[in-house]
Amino acid sequence: MFRDETPSKNQAVERLRLILVHDRAKVSTGLLEQLRGEIINAISKYVEIEEENIEIELNATESKAELVANIPVVKVRRAVE
Amino acid sequence: MAGRVIVVTSGKGGVGKTTTVANIGTGLALRHKKVVMIDADIGLRNLDVVMGLENRIIYDLVDVAEKTCRSVHKALIKDKRLSNLFLLPAAQTRNKDAISPEQMVAIVDELKEEFDYILVDCPAGIERGFDNAVAAATEAIVVTTPEVSAVRDADRIIGLLQDKEIYDPVLILNRLRPDMVRKGDMMDVDDINDILAIKLLGIVPDDEEIIISTNKGEPAVLNNHSKAGEAFRNIVRRMEGEEVPFMSVNGEPGLFGRFLKLLNGK
Repeated sequence: MFRDETPSKNQAVERLRLILVHDRAKVSTGLLEQLRGEIINAISKYVEIEEENIEIELNATESKAELVANIPVVKVRRAVE
Repeated sequence: MAGRVIVVTSGKGGVGKTTTVANIGTGLALRHKKVVMIDADIGLRNLDVVMGLENRIIYDLVDVAEKTCRSVHKALIKDKRLSNLFLLPAAQTRNKDAISPEQMVAIVDELKEEFDYILVDCPAGIERGFDNAVAAATEAIVVTTPEVSAVRDADRIIGLLQDKEIYDPVLILNRLRPDMVRKGDMMDVDDINDILAIKLLGIVPDDEEIIISTNKGEPAVLNNHSKAGEAFRNIVRRMEGEEVPFMSVNGEPGLFGRFLKLLNGK
């Protein structure tokens, strides 16, 4: 009640969350590959992209996990295909 | 009808798998089910000790697999207290490679015809011992404690169970300390449910009675004064299809909480 730090369980939950982002992405074979495929499909409806130069990474730092996608665009379509 | 084959697993060691098997096995037998517990932790057998049956072992799982003993029945040890409860002990002087998943399936297939429940005590780790223990199972109970390392390993195990086509494992959260949960120093059941996202089978509070009962070789489920024993009795009822409410995780409110409630007129 009089402690100024956040309860340690919050740290436990937060650390677990980040650990499991990494564990699950590494362990489940093909998960990232499947994600990549679906992202390409979704984006290709709107823009033409350089598929061979796509970079998709799952990064985790001390405080957060993020999915970083670098997708070079060739051109934007006039209408959704 | 063939019996249910349930593996009790955790990934991490020391979270209470063996204690869980002993208590669930005994609890089911108390309800007049015919139960056999298989200790699959070859080389580090413990279930016999927790059950207080260590002096009665003649044959073990490896003897059955290698057909050193005539039939699997020769190796089954009848419990001291309940005549419908049996233990198939692990070998102590061999290692995990001494049996194969195929042999495990063959042994369990034979037992399935005769028993209502076959509980398999899985060793810690994710190698051969895990493969053996899971091979014959169609259901799984994942045991974890409210600690980062144990929950992480439980998550991994849930993934591995999926690879073995066990898609609906259930969770036992063991050694919960309501006092620490209240102070915010222990993850509570909601936090862990949120992370692991599998069905909850039970919450077992941390209880000194477990140590005392292990000292004696008498599962806590037999003790009506043990909190953990009560939790295991509830778990067994849920396994049998009863709807049993979960014990209040936060326990009774502390002094300050009661004071607040008083103020609020509740």
